[in-house]
Amino acid sequence: MKAELNEQALLKGLANNDSKVVETLYKSHFNMIQHFVINNNGSFDDARDVFQEGMIALYEKVQSESFVLTCQIKTYLFSICKHVWLKRLHQMGKYSSPLSVQEDSISVEEDLMDLEKKDAAFAIMDRALNSLGEPCKSLLEGYYINKKGMQELAADFGYTNADNAKNQKYKCLLRLKKLFFAQYNIGD
Amino acid sequence: MFTALEKIVFCTVQYWGLRKPKKDFIMEDRKLVETIEKYLTGAMSAQEVELFETLRKNTPEIDQMVVEHSMFLQHMDIYADRRNFTYLTEKTFERLLAAGEWADENTSTKTRVIQLWNKYKKVAAIAASVGGFIALTTSALMMYFSPSLNGNQLLQLSKAIEVIKKNQQVQGHLLNEVKSKVPENAKLISGGSGFLVNTKGYIITNAHVLKGNGAIVINHVGQELQATIIYADKALDLALLKIEDKDFIEPSSIPFSIRKKMSDLGEEIFTLGYPRNDNDIVYGKGYLSAQTGYEGDSSSFQIQISANPGYSGAPIFNDKGELIGIISTRQKLAEGVAFAIKSNKIIDLIENAKENDDKGEIKLKISKGEQHHAANRKDQISNLKNYIYSVRSYN
Repeated sequence: MKAELNEQALLKGLANNDSKVVETLYKSHFNMIQHFVINNNGSFDDARDVFQEGMIALYEKVQSESFVLTCQIKTYLFSICKHVWLKRLHQMGKYSSPLSVQEDSISVEEDLMDLEKKDAAFAIMDRALNSLGEPCKSLLEGYYINKKGMQELAADFGYTNADNAKNQKYKCLLRLKKLFFAQYNIGD
Repeated sequence: MFTALEKIVFCTVQYWGLRKPKKDFIMEDRKLVETIEKYLTGAMSAQEVELFETLRKNTPEIDQMVVEHSMFLQHMDIYADRRNFTYLTEKTFERLLAAGEWADENTSTKTRVIQLWNKYKKVAAIAASVGGFIALTTSALMMYFSPSLNGNQLLQLSKAIEVIKKNQQVQGHLLNEVKSKVPENAKLISGGSGFLVNTKGYIITNAHVLKGNGAIVINHVGQELQATIIYADKALDLALLKIEDKDFIEPSSIPFSIRKKMSDLGEEIFTLGYPRNDNDIVYGKGYLSAQTGYEGDSSSFQIQISANPGYSGAPIFNDKGELIGIISTRQKLAEGVAFAIKSNKIIDLIENAKENDDKGEIKLKISKGEQHHAANRKDQISNLKNYIYSVRSYN
């Protein structure tokens, strides 16, 4: 019972970007994934990437209101990471011997599909943002990602007043939206 | 109280109703997007929301903008969240790694490799120097014997004369009953590969393959066929031949289409050509390694394949069996680096050929490729090889 409460607390912390919780999860579970990846044709860096992908999947899952975790965090992370790694092996054409698996895993098909979709949308937004050039990129990042106010951004970028910064931001936004939707519609 | 919003409503009504000078539109559009953002992020008062929703209901254009922008902002939020979280995990990982939380399980193998290296260092050094010596000698020999082109950096992949001539004699000796279609007293000068682009017998090869005035082509079973050089474009390094021989059996279709768009980096490719003196068709496999050719030439691309002389003019296919290029040259000192002319240049070649053809004799249409979805590479090859010829030019 106590363990279960503990897990709930961890998930709640994760949803709120609690760095202590992220650290705890890394400390408790990374070794398991490292062991798995390295024993299946991978490197330490591969393990690091795969575990991060697992953490992102869990993080995005706890963000949704309808979220229920029907198994232990450990099992969930392992299941996601296992599939992510399998897929990468397959893409690299290295897929060979049956994987050596000791841990329990559950079916995470739906979550994986969701993760892939989100990965794709993320990549599109990332590409769109990076192809904007400066100052557009930093201006929009400042506003939408770092959630700074226009007043503050105007000062940061050296615009004489907030209205000029707003005009610039608006033009940048139009470009970003155009780039994003041009690709997103195709991807969908 | 909500004068700002009233102003916007007024502006938008004006915007959708009356046409105003363009300069003002930008301002109003911006205000409109800002209002939508305010609405979507919940920064409006209840009264403002009410008013805005009425406006939304009555103006489909605005309603659509709200829906679209809401979708965009959702993606932006997910993107921002993930970026921030990724940053957090990276920092955490690095901190823990620095604190010695994990040992890289691979380090043990690394130490083993280092031990092995120390142990066999001497042997390896000797082997490396022998290898180096051989490589240097080989490239020195190659440099000495190859024709000069582009300041000695590139090697055209057409075959040299003597070799072919000698081979021709051997063949003539072995196959006495088959008379060569090369005219008597004619000297073979150069050779390479080529392929059909049209069922009527039009063949594409490199211009540098055709150093002589006449040409014959040989199919993969060794049958020689008379061909005419229709047009050679030195700038494109492409040439057009036509088989004019009563023994030529026209195929019913061409089993590949010509890809007009550039292929992707890393895409797997394969080729079929006649690099060998015994005139056996040879299969080669590689990948596209750069989208431009030698020194950034945009009409060609770079491939990783072991291309030998004789591969000049050979077609390059992608995995789907589409024609993506024609092998032309390779970098002399880098083994396996070859360059190919982009397949869309074939269309340029044919255009140029038609322009130069005053009598309007060239009646060439690229046959519509009927892509065969072969189950595997073996089937693909056994079908394609019927359309690929060895080309020899004589004077």
